[in-house]
Amino acid sequence: MRMKKRAVAVALLTAATVALTGCATSGSTGTDAAACAPSKGKVNLTFTTWIPGMEDTVAVWNKANPDVQVKVQTGPNGNGGTYQNFFNQLKAGNAPDLGQIEYDALPNFRVQDGLTDLAACDGVLAAKSDFVDWTWGQVNFGEDKSVYAIPQDAGPMAMFYRADLFKAHNIAIPTTWAEFATAAEKVRATGGYITNFSQSDINQFAGFVWQAGGKWFKSDGDKWTVDLTDPTTTKVAAYWQDLIDRDLVSTNPPWTDEWNNAYNSGSDWTWNSAAWGANSIASGAPDTAGKWAVAQSPQWKAGDKASGNWGGSSTAVFKGSKHPYEAAKFALWLNTSDEALTMLNKSANLYPAAKSGLDLPALKAGVPFYGDQAIYDEFAIASAQVSPDFVWGPTMTQTYNDVSDGFKAAVSGKGTLAEALKVGQANTIAAMSAQSIPVNK
Amino acid sequence: MSTMSPAPAEQKRGIRPAQSKMPQAPRAQRESPLARGGALIVMGVFTLYFLVPIWWLLVAASKNRSQFNTTNPLWFADFSLFENIGNLVAYRDGVYLKWLLNSALYAGGGAAIGTIIAGMCGYALAKYRFPGRELIFNVVLGGVLVPATALALPLFLIFSQISLTNTFWSVFLPSLVSPFGVYLARIYASASVPDELIEAARLDGAGEVRTFFTVSVRMMVPALVTVFLFQFVAIWNNFFLPLIMLRDETLFPVTLGLYAWNSQVNQIPVLRDYVLIGALLSIIPLIIIFLLLQRFWRNGLSAGSVK
Repeated sequence: MRMKKRAVAVALLTAATVALTGCATSGSTGTDAAACAPSKGKVNLTFTTWIPGMEDTVAVWNKANPDVQVKVQTGPNGNGGTYQNFFNQLKAGNAPDLGQIEYDALPNFRVQDGLTDLAACDGVLAAKSDFVDWTWGQVNFGEDKSVYAIPQDAGPMAMFYRADLFKAHNIAIPTTWAEFATAAEKVRATGGYITNFSQSDINQFAGFVWQAGGKWFKSDGDKWTVDLTDPTTTKVAAYWQDLIDRDLVSTNPPWTDEWNNAYNSGSDWTWNSAAWGANSIASGAPDTAGKWAVAQSPQWKAGDKASGNWGGSSTAVFKGSKHPYEAAKFALWLNTSDEALTMLNKSANLYPAAKSGLDLPALKAGVPFYGDQAIYDEFAIASAQVSPDFVWGPTMTQTYNDVSDGFKAAVSGKGTLAEALKVGQANTIAAMSAQSIPVNK
Repeated sequence: MSTMSPAPAEQKRGIRPAQSKMPQAPRAQRESPLARGGALIVMGVFTLYFLVPIWWLLVAASKNRSQFNTTNPLWFADFSLFENIGNLVAYRDGVYLKWLLNSALYAGGGAAIGTIIAGMCGYALAKYRFPGRELIFNVVLGGVLVPATALALPLFLIFSQISLTNTFWSVFLPSLVSPFGVYLARIYASASVPDELIEAARLDGAGEVRTFFTVSVRMMVPALVTVFLFQFVAIWNNFFLPLIMLRDETLFPVTLGLYAWNSQVNQIPVLRDYVLIGALLSIIPLIIIFLLLQRFWRNGLSAGSVK
């Protein structure tokens, strides 16, 4: 009896949903991407972002541009729900004009046809030279005549290290990964760990692969190729697997109390992380203030100059926006003007993707936590060394989940990093096929 | 358990249940030290299980950031709770207080109106005979089984059609509906509001609405308080619907606001302190509501059990 009623209720519900979705799809019409003309009269734009303090920055724009008023909307970070909201809104036809999207999520929106191509908008193609090269590659997907978002911030990677400990124990700062492994043995002999391997945030590992020149995804316009197990990735995985097997690195889940504690107590000596990580250590390990420094990432070959990237996001204009011209103009201002970049760096530690942003006074000063070293100079060097060829796939949330499940098992001795990547490879191809994304099997 | 098993068997055989229960009462009393001790231990374990996280939260919220990682997580360091609260309230022009107020409006208003609607609906289903009554009741009962989370996305699409997303109403209107409340109100009304009383009120010239509000509501108070409490807690804790509906920070309830902050502690570590203190403060209204209303609730439960 109850079951029957429930079945009826569910059926009704499903019918209602289907009917609604039908309406919604037919009701929403995208604007023509090729044209990008200014709108007449006063324009109101909505902009969804999860950066705290964005209102203050946007208020500066609103004051200077009475005809183009931007309203800030907010929510949790992208994978915390805002991306899903974007997709829901695109389906319902009420997506905001602009939205914050991380580089690794952009391809997902691209394959779902959720982004407006801004290439025709005034000044967008010309802005290419304003941004660090590789960030532009992230937003045009290698298509010279298209631009799907404006780069906002970046996470070039370098090595945070405990200068005092390396000095006290007379261990040289490693400049290659081979030296890093040797140093790891020496550090372990003192009772510490040279670093912590991020078992649950695959972005760090992706950054290592990026630095080594690996390419996980390729798209030739028609079909995607997934390669989580290319020789480069396999080499990087084997390297870390060896350090894990020999108990030379700690494997605390990042941003937990254990993780903070390992750094605060001096048990972990280095962290291979991004520019924005400077604050993570400063807040997680307050007792070690003044003892840290930053150096370039260790290289695979002595004398090489390569860096990886971890994180970073862009400002995209969604399909359906009636004012792409004004939206693009705002996005360019937001991500290139010194005023906006300074404010965003101050309120949310954003590390700019714009070249001029790397010279902001705030990013030139010495940082007390790092012994007054001007650490952002190192990140500026790193940013210029990031390869522009690394491409994200269209189902990164799933890929991250699958690989991190495997990584978590691997650090506790079940399986290896390489096996986790193999599983990630198979599941990613399956997930893309399930979403009818053309993929080479 | 074994002492209880004869009772149903005897009932089945038709022996008067009242008598078969009689000898058990003293036996239960004789066993009481052991039984009570066991019950106390079980309850003690559960109390600890539920209270330790709250204790941890209180301790964590009272520490400053440098002590948070470095001192015993279950005992106080320097007591800077009030300073922390001050910082939280000052952050971004007191947006946290706005969230608390929003939560109070969604939960308080939604639960109050929702309770009235559920009470009237349940009363009508219990006391009036009309065609389709059972069908309506069964559909409502079906509604109890559909989790609210499953309805959030369809609701979003509906509200999109009428341009009501990202408004106060997009969270408030769905909160007014409580199938479980209707169910409870119907059961309670049919058991506790005598037909004779309604008849008497009618004879005295009271209209149906007046009868409901002046006579029946009083007898249904325990059920209505229960519905109110359930509904209040459900709306206060509801997270998924606001997550899907709301974009404007000034409309957020406290759950969504804290979640949004918590999703960014990697890059903006100071938010972690605010999330902890905010979480501690956000449970206080629930505790107050429970303390104020639990008297009604206890009366209500025992009243039901006697009947």
